[in-house]
Amino acid sequence: MADFDEELDASGLNCPLPILRAKKALAGMDAGKVLHIIATDPGSVKDFEAFSKQTGNELIESKEEGGKFHFLIKKA
Amino acid sequence: MEQKKLAIIATKGTLDWAYPPFILGSTAAALGYEVEIFFTFYGLQLLKKDLNLKVSPLGNPGMPMPMGMDKWFPVLGLALPGMEGMMTSMMKKKMASKGVASLEELRELCQEAEVRFIACNMTVELFDMDPSEFVDGIELAGAARFFEFAGDSDICMYM
Repeated sequence: MADFDEELDASGLNCPLPILRAKKALAGMDAGKVLHIIATDPGSVKDFEAFSKQTGNELIESKEEGGKFHFLIKKA
Repeated sequence: MEQKKLAIIATKGTLDWAYPPFILGSTAAALGYEVEIFFTFYGLQLLKKDLNLKVSPLGNPGMPMPMGMDKWFPVLGLALPGMEGMMTSMMKKKMASKGVASLEELRELCQEAEVRFIACNMTVELFDMDPSEFVDGIELAGAARFFEFAGDSDICMYM
């Protein structure tokens, strides 16, 4: 997994909390910084793709590892 | 790009139907939408500081019943005293175990994200409700006020 600046553990949280928490975390970050999100909700895979498309914050990486989903999002 | 707008009318006051307006409102706000929710009739219950919402199996054949309860309690059984309270507490437990947010949390997230809440003035008066029982930041207004925003909205939903 590439480098990141901040981390958000949204394990155990269900829709729409991972997205809402991510939005909040990104709001406190500078442009170009990368947020690493960990989630267990399978729906979050499509949700973070859609979040990225609609907000312009780039989804650099999305993968499953050890039963958890990991996302890297770069703040626009 | 101009900011998109979502207008929602919330009319239901049960625990299950309280979720859609707050889930969609908060998510849309996170995606950059400007959001207004107009609460009317039983939907006004969702604005109370003290949320005491229930879920009812009555008149709801689509509701999954645990432990084959629907076999033991056919339609009339669902009207037994205590059934509503039992279903409500089971639903709340289930939601907590699946990591579903509480209504209070989602409502707070909406307000933090500047989702605007409007209470229908006519129904507040009809039901003799006291607006001081509502959370802060509620605007009291009528149907024309709703259309001022809804008329320019990209998505408009009735719930």
